[in-house]
Amino acid sequence: MVKGVITKISGPLVVASGMRAANMFDMVKIGELGLTGEIIEIHGDKASIQVYEETAGLKPGEEVLSTGLPLSVELGPGLIKSIFDGIQRPLEEMYRIQGYNIKRGLTLPALDRKKKWHFSPACKAGDTLGEGDVVGTVKETEVVTQRIMLPKGVSGEIISINEGDFTVDEPVGLLKDSRGREHDIKMITTWPIRVGRPYTQKLPPTEPLSTGQRNIDTLNPIAKGGAAAIPGPFGSGKTVVQHQLAKWAQADIVVYIGCGERGNEMTDVLNEFPEIIDPKSGKSLMERTVLIANTSDMPVAAREASIYTGITIAEYFRDMGYDVAIMADSTSRWAEALREMSGRLEEMPGEEGYPAYLGSRLAQFYERAGMVRTLGTRPRTGSVTAIGAVSPPGGDISEPVSQATLRIVKVFWGLDSALAYARHFPAINWLNSYSLYVTSLTPWFIKNVAPDWMEKRGTMMRLLQKEAELNEIVKLVGVDALSGQDRLVLNATRSIREDYLQQDAMDEVDTHASYGKMYGLMSLVLEYYTKCSAALSRGVSFRGIDHLKVTERIGRIKFTPEDRFPQELAAVREELDAEIRELEKSEVEE
Amino acid sequence: MQKEYKTITEIAGPLMMLNKVTDVSMGELGEIMVADGSKKMCKVMEIDGDVAVVQLFGSSAGINPAESTVKFLGHGTELAVSEDMLGRVFDGLGRPVDGGPELLAEERLDVNGLPMNPAAREYPSEFIQTGVSAIDGLNTLVRGQKLPIFSASGLPHSDLAVQIARQAKVLGDDSKFAVVFAAMGITFEEANFFIDDFRKTGALSRSVLFINLANDPSVERISTPRMALTAAEYLAFEKNMHVLVIMTDITYYCESLREISAARKEVPGRRGYPGYLYTDLATLYERAGRKRGIEGSITLIPILTMPEDDKTHPIPDLTGYITEGQIILSRDLHRKGITPPIDVLPSLSRLKDKGIGKGKTRADHANTMNQLFSAYSRGKEAKELATVLGDSALSETDLLYAEFADRFEKEYVSQGFNVNRTIEETLETGWKLLRIFPRAELKRIKDEHLDKYYDAPAE
Repeated sequence: MVKGVITKISGPLVVASGMRAANMFDMVKIGELGLTGEIIEIHGDKASIQVYEETAGLKPGEEVLSTGLPLSVELGPGLIKSIFDGIQRPLEEMYRIQGYNIKRGLTLPALDRKKKWHFSPACKAGDTLGEGDVVGTVKETEVVTQRIMLPKGVSGEIISINEGDFTVDEPVGLLKDSRGREHDIKMITTWPIRVGRPYTQKLPPTEPLSTGQRNIDTLNPIAKGGAAAIPGPFGSGKTVVQHQLAKWAQADIVVYIGCGERGNEMTDVLNEFPEIIDPKSGKSLMERTVLIANTSDMPVAAREASIYTGITIAEYFRDMGYDVAIMADSTSRWAEALREMSGRLEEMPGEEGYPAYLGSRLAQFYERAGMVRTLGTRPRTGSVTAIGAVSPPGGDISEPVSQATLRIVKVFWGLDSALAYARHFPAINWLNSYSLYVTSLTPWFIKNVAPDWMEKRGTMMRLLQKEAELNEIVKLVGVDALSGQDRLVLNATRSIREDYLQQDAMDEVDTHASYGKMYGLMSLVLEYYTKCSAALSRGVSFRGIDHLKVTERIGRIKFTPEDRFPQELAAVREELDAEIRELEKSEVEE
Repeated sequence: MQKEYKTITEIAGPLMMLNKVTDVSMGELGEIMVADGSKKMCKVMEIDGDVAVVQLFGSSAGINPAESTVKFLGHGTELAVSEDMLGRVFDGLGRPVDGGPELLAEERLDVNGLPMNPAAREYPSEFIQTGVSAIDGLNTLVRGQKLPIFSASGLPHSDLAVQIARQAKVLGDDSKFAVVFAAMGITFEEANFFIDDFRKTGALSRSVLFINLANDPSVERISTPRMALTAAEYLAFEKNMHVLVIMTDITYYCESLREISAARKEVPGRRGYPGYLYTDLATLYERAGRKRGIEGSITLIPILTMPEDDKTHPIPDLTGYITEGQIILSRDLHRKGITPPIDVLPSLSRLKDKGIGKGKTRADHANTMNQLFSAYSRGKEAKELATVLGDSALSETDLLYAEFADRFEKEYVSQGFNVNRTIEETLETGWKLLRIFPRAELKRIKDEHLDKYYDAPAE
């Protein structure tokens, strides 16, 4: 073990001498309190260390001890339902030990060493298994069954494997590798956070990740294994969108990283998620969620680590063959942490003081998303979908973090403060957002939802684009100068915006919609346009169309629960037809 | 015996370098003995080998490398606290300036505080009635929230702040309440306005004031909000009080931070502010809140003046990303004579959803709030259109919206600084305005609420 002494302290950066034999990215323990840090630069025998805890009170001359291991996370039963800090310390446990505030120098195992889990073998003595193969399962929560896999580099013949209750670090079996060495099989494994977990092959995305959010699923869907960015100024509803995705995305596992954000937001998730019932499993949403919190008042260096801690946990579940969604709110805070450390290291700054390697670091994170065929002799398919919020200063996405992110992600949900001020939520701007998965997902939608799903989406987009053009004209000459057909377009797009795209996250029913309900609603809103348009061309006045009573009912139908929706839809359709018929009759009679 | 160092090598702006220093720690306080016998304070900012960089509190005048000596005290910046603080006035470093006696300390607390474990927080959800419709009705404040006022020079943010301090109450609750006020770099007159108002309304006896005026050393400003928050934490979490903290003006605080950062020759971020401005502000703002199982709370209202009325300036921008919403004052409304000139559309309270509705305010609150927002936003658009093209260019409905927007500003937002409206009054004012529209236009309100409130109450 390498031992050094502190020579310099500057904010979260400590320089120690006598560290020639330490490795880059080794985890170190600093000073009498044993603060956790990581070596990020070595000059001669001096190592620069980023410290994951507050450095006040440290003195030159205090000891620095390298653990010889890279910063790693513990993986195994006990991850789900937990809340960890940026370097995977269990915050609930810390609350029990330290009280309300986070004090320094506490080292705690991430996974509870005392809790017993019921392990059921999935193989038997005499089986020959390869790395990544499943040796058994643990039912971790009502919803999640962990598949215990052989760690990388371990393969061979199973000597023994036992069913029963074990703690995470008790051996559940024994394995003999090809060289005749014996290995204990344990439920716990560790993995360095800065290295992606291995897989056999990356697969192209073909399936959408249903999010229950109409704006997203219809206009700019994301694929399982895809990467998306949500940039927006403060107050535009980034966090609400992230929470909605964490709640309603049809993923097996959700990893939520609160990175440099508000403490109360994490508390909100902690309070709310256990109460919300997942419509798919019928169980609480918390049963599939892992939380990582580095709130804005927690040490800045750990913010940098929190993103990697999160995605490593996500990859672990992916390797079991699950669809995992990871939300990071916000990657801008992560980038700022990077900038702060870079400044302390006196590196040459790039744009706006961010280090020149900002782009490549962001790419490394987002590229860990993807759909993969896992390791193992019987490989599984799993995916990690990464969704990162970006907080551009002043909402101006020309800044480095947004730009570097946009170069990597394939889905862009641009939040718009003008929409947010009008309380149009989710405030995702339909004109400048995009998804590059639309084409590759089309076959799935045709096969699984409706043959004309994408056509309807196209019609909707065309109408919205037309609206923007018409609005320009209206600004110049007023709405009266428009033809009846054009004014109908404005009415129809208002309905698309207010009755379809707008979705109330606080409403029990409207907070989430199935593809079926979305399709019905989308069809209805578009039918309103086509039927009225046809009536106009048959000579009915726009004034008459403008006063149709059915629009109020169309506006409310989204609040109808899924089970009653088909009947209500049919009823509204009938009413629409009837009102148009009646209007036509009365106007023709006149 | 503490060592006295006579090894000052460099004095530049608010920073000083000392040689051959041993056994000092980051953040430790030091005392400088100047040749004329006076004392000055300093704090360790960086240690490199045996060289320490310290930051001076106050002016460096009188210090010279030949005669001045430095003694380190073995602890960081601390504040002596006790319940006797209530009713007292302190300077930016926590020394009494009201002529009263030194405080008998019950405890000495490190002013930097510690990060709060998010698992130990209690989610704020108790509605605070401020008596201001634009806040109560549309941007509701709850206990434990941090809600800044984004203002600009010449706007009446101080009036709004004292109005909130005077009127704020939690319905059906009369537990212990205190105000902690931190002045950073504001003028004597402004500070006096607050003190006078507190005195008039009798609030002074349950207030703690920390005053760092515009002509006080700007470096002390770095400590002032931390002093105030430490006092607030003590009163809230140890004495179970509900504490309202008003801090004004954050902009001057950030400028001091920039001054020190520039003196240390750090790589600047946007507009010369240090790259850690976000982190630094967060360590202040995040100290507001509630803790599981503790009665007391800290509600924080920082006031900042936006340079050039620019909301995208780093100070309001970073603040907005940390705080739970913002109340924005508008110069246009102020010129129109709207008091308070709160621009409700860009204003926001992120915690409102948990503080309103049945059992907190009233069941129709959330629906009417959304309807008022969208109607006002559409009304403003209609009015813009009308300025270009004239009223005749508006459709019938848009004319209603334009009328609504005008009346909304005059009747709902503009209530004066001395009117205290109950939440019932606020909600009814909202309904009165919504009745301008035909019922079918009110798409955001559920039928049950329309049935109950849409028809005007019989008088």
